[in-house]
Amino acid sequence: MSFATAAEIAADVAAGRRSATEIVASALARIARLNPRLNAFTAVTADRARARAGAIDAGQVTGPLAGVPFAVKNLFDIAGLPTVAGSKINRDHPPAIADATLITRLEAAGAVLVGALNMGEYAYDFTGENCHDGPSRNPHDTARMTGGSSGGSGGAVAGGLVPIALGSDTNGSIRVPSSFCGLFGLKPTYGRLPRTGSFPFVASLDHLGPLARTTGDLALAYDAMQGPHPADPACAGRPVEPVAGLVGRGAAGLRIATASGHFRAGAMPEALSAVDAVAATLGVARTIEIPEAARARSAAYVITAAEGAALHLGRLRERAHDFDPDVRDRLIAGALIPAVMVVAAQKFRRWYREAVLRLFDGVDAILAPATPCVAPAIGQKTLMLDGREVPLRPNIGIYTQPISLIGLPVVAVPVPLAGGLPIGVQIITAPWREDIALRIAYDLETAGIVRAPLPPE
Amino acid sequence: MTDPGDLDALIAAVPWLLGIDIRPEWRDAVRQHLSVSIDHARNVSELPLPLPDEAEPAPVFKA
Repeated sequence: MSFATAAEIAADVAAGRRSATEIVASALARIARLNPRLNAFTAVTADRARARAGAIDAGQVTGPLAGVPFAVKNLFDIAGLPTVAGSKINRDHPPAIADATLITRLEAAGAVLVGALNMGEYAYDFTGENCHDGPSRNPHDTARMTGGSSGGSGGAVAGGLVPIALGSDTNGSIRVPSSFCGLFGLKPTYGRLPRTGSFPFVASLDHLGPLARTTGDLALAYDAMQGPHPADPACAGRPVEPVAGLVGRGAAGLRIATASGHFRAGAMPEALSAVDAVAATLGVARTIEIPEAARARSAAYVITAAEGAALHLGRLRERAHDFDPDVRDRLIAGALIPAVMVVAAQKFRRWYREAVLRLFDGVDAILAPATPCVAPAIGQKTLMLDGREVPLRPNIGIYTQPISLIGLPVVAVPVPLAGGLPIGVQIITAPWREDIALRIAYDLETAGIVRAPLPPE
Repeated sequence: MTDPGDLDALIAAVPWLLGIDIRPEWRDAVRQHLSVSIDHARNVSELPLPLPDEAEPAPVFKA
């Protein structure tokens, strides 16, 4: 039952085959057994989860996710806990007085929060390593990274500790752990899901979303979380547009292309073969050039460094020695970037958005690698790309950053490889067309080319 | 490529303005990160954009 999907769990609870109490007890026992090895959880909300399960079994809570355990990256507010965001500094914050909006919405649909998850400090990370809590570990090989910054989210779902976890994605932090851990991940359109009650990083790039082991579970979680919220100024006023009933429509008739240029350069062979296998399954022969994607990645890099530094300036003044040194040194450097260069990056972003949106006049979806490589070893500092040794950390996001810069929705799908480690492929669509990306993901899952592989126990 | 050594004057001058203390042992890493960021910023600004002066930088504020 450890790897049961959210849909299967909810169906069992609804039919009375299993109680929510039994399911939550099983999840808590598995967390207790495996978390010392995976280091995915930083807090377990066992009492709260048992009480919630009891309420479900008493018929006080119903919904499409009734009885489904879930966990959240520890930048989400959980009432009664400080929102640490992977940091030492935030441990001194008072406990949150209320849950994040997305937790409230998932629980309203019947899901049961079981804890908070490890992450890279302040989300400025692609590895899943954390100098305060230790690294989250990849269930497929615990000597390897989960990817980050939603590292615990990847490890918890891939390890079968929970079927659904929430993460955040500023430059790739849902899609990267989905790729390294072999999961389905949804980074919705910028402004689709409210970020109320989550610790920010880069306001103009921050997204929240789910990771799961199937397309259907992504859709269930996503539907439960949609809808505007007045406290998040970036959240669009769009109505709920449910997708769970649409994913089975498949990809027939959709116009799909594979990204060329930047998205083929610098990738390891396994990243390209995964994209090519997905394209072949869909019968996609067409390629498309996303214009100036390398510059888009540069713009994301500059905006992230500067906005992140602005967010943390007070903490850099008062408590610089309490940061993870890797994060601190990058934030200080970000504070020194001349302002005109940051505004130029924002102006480029305007041009780039318009140029990329024009592509969607001719295609419905674009395929691209999620990461240039499979999960590296924990502690690894460099990577060989195109025969050159390059720093690992900043290069993990070369294919995700040009997409999130303009807030396009993406579903990352996992391709299991012969060597045992998975790697992800991005399905990128026009703004507000998460439904199309999920339909394609479902088609690929049905065809068997993408799936969340089971890790060794 | 930005020579990290060229950034020493900036690193020496600006932190007092921002109220940040850069300890000597942090300086090499800060210089290296700033060099990478400036290279990315230059990469962006090298593209002559066919945008009018009136075009809004993204994102814009909605009143």
